[in-house]
Amino acid sequence: MKDLDKVKETVLDLLEEICGDDSVREDLDINLLEEDLIDSLDYTELLVGIEDALGVVMAPSELKREEMDTPNKIIEQVLKRM
Amino acid sequence: MTLMGSLYFFLWAAVLMIPAIVIGIKEKPIRYYGFFVTLVFVILATVDSPVSMMYLALYCVFEFILVKVSLYIRGKNLKRKGMLLLLVMLSLTPLITFKISGIMGASIFGFLGISYLTFKSLQMILEIYDGLIDHVKIFDFLYFMLFFPCITSGPIDRSRRFTSDLYNIRPKDEYLELVGKGLFKIMLGMVYKFVLASVFYQGMTYLGSAIAGTDWTGSTLIYMYCYGFYLFFDFAGYSLMAVGIGYIFGIITPDNFNKPFISTDMKDFWDRWHITLSHWFRDFVFSRFMMASIRGKWFRNKLTGATLGFMINMTLMGIWHGLEWCYILYGVYHGILLSLTEIYQKKSKFYKKNKKKKWYLLISKVITFNLVMFGFLIFSGRLI
Repeated sequence: MKDLDKVKETVLDLLEEICGDDSVREDLDINLLEEDLIDSLDYTELLVGIEDALGVVMAPSELKREEMDTPNKIIEQVLKRM
Repeated sequence: MTLMGSLYFFLWAAVLMIPAIVIGIKEKPIRYYGFFVTLVFVILATVDSPVSMMYLALYCVFEFILVKVSLYIRGKNLKRKGMLLLLVMLSLTPLITFKISGIMGASIFGFLGISYLTFKSLQMILEIYDGLIDHVKIFDFLYFMLFFPCITSGPIDRSRRFTSDLYNIRPKDEYLELVGKGLFKIMLGMVYKFVLASVFYQGMTYLGSAIAGTDWTGSTLIYMYCYGFYLFFDFAGYSLMAVGIGYIFGIITPDNFNKPFISTDMKDFWDRWHITLSHWFRDFVFSRFMMASIRGKWFRNKLTGATLGFMINMTLMGIWHGLEWCYILYGVYHGILLSLTEIYQKKSKFYKKNKKKKWYLLISKVITFNLVMFGFLIFSGRLI
């Protein structure tokens, strides 16, 4: 449980900063790509941010965009690698 | 025989697809038969030029050795950046040799699809370094590299995705649905390539040719739009056929185009045009450069880093098309457009306020369409 809270908090903090929008906190299933909240450049920041804060390394070609297009999916992918 | 082009090819393909469909309906693995058909086509395509057949074989052996060396290094946990760089450079050597010898008129290492095959082998080497691939069978490697619908001009598939399709035996109903979709794509692709592209090609050559004494700007504008649509229908048509034939062999090759002319901005355009190429560059050049620059804090200003990232990415993409000035300029042009788009979207209050409004989207689409068409005019080589 502790992992979940920590990952959730870190990912949401990062997304809020990168997307410049706090709606990512309110709706964890919001589609970041369809809502135009995130682009290729933002993803690179997100991946480095996750690596720095949680020590989870994800290569840019590892996952398809559809596998990490909502806050919940991103949290889930990070948790899998903890 | 020209793959994906001559009547001869399509007749052979139609005949050779039938056993694949029978195997698929029986829920047996199609991969062995599919590999056999791939070998048949590679031989038919290169049989008139034994030298290019030899280059292709040599290339596959060479790249397979590099892949194995990458795996060995990774297995020993020697994850060194210098080694990776060396492997990447070696892997690029045949392509570079081909491009440079090409402008000098020699064409060493010229064989069908070398430009596209290079993406596939580089992807494997980079993903082995990232720890995403831990073993490579020679059968999977050769089939992935040579897969006949995609060997000449893509779409550029990814090895992990391709291999998972190879070993995925679909239930009969699912496979039949795939065959249906595949046949539809093949038909649509034929209409695109052999009907619509030809129409625009006629427009380009007859209406768009500069006749002495006539208005240069007018004919160039007609040429520009006709060429843009010709390029789309020709390449999207080819891609649809390649993807469709892939489906019949149980391989869900990724799509290459998604209505590129209704893009809202330049970033959107590159998610819709030659998608497998632009996403390859995104994953293996742009993202890696950006991540390294963020980690290393190379730039104080994020936008400076992004601008440099876009410029490097798109210029390389241009160079990959060929060492002629028109291709390099085409890349630089798109690098500049992407950078300007990024700066505008991050800085402009006007953009943030209006970006979802209908009138804004319409204007944005019209501007993007014309910028794209101008890019194709550069690409066509008519200007320089």
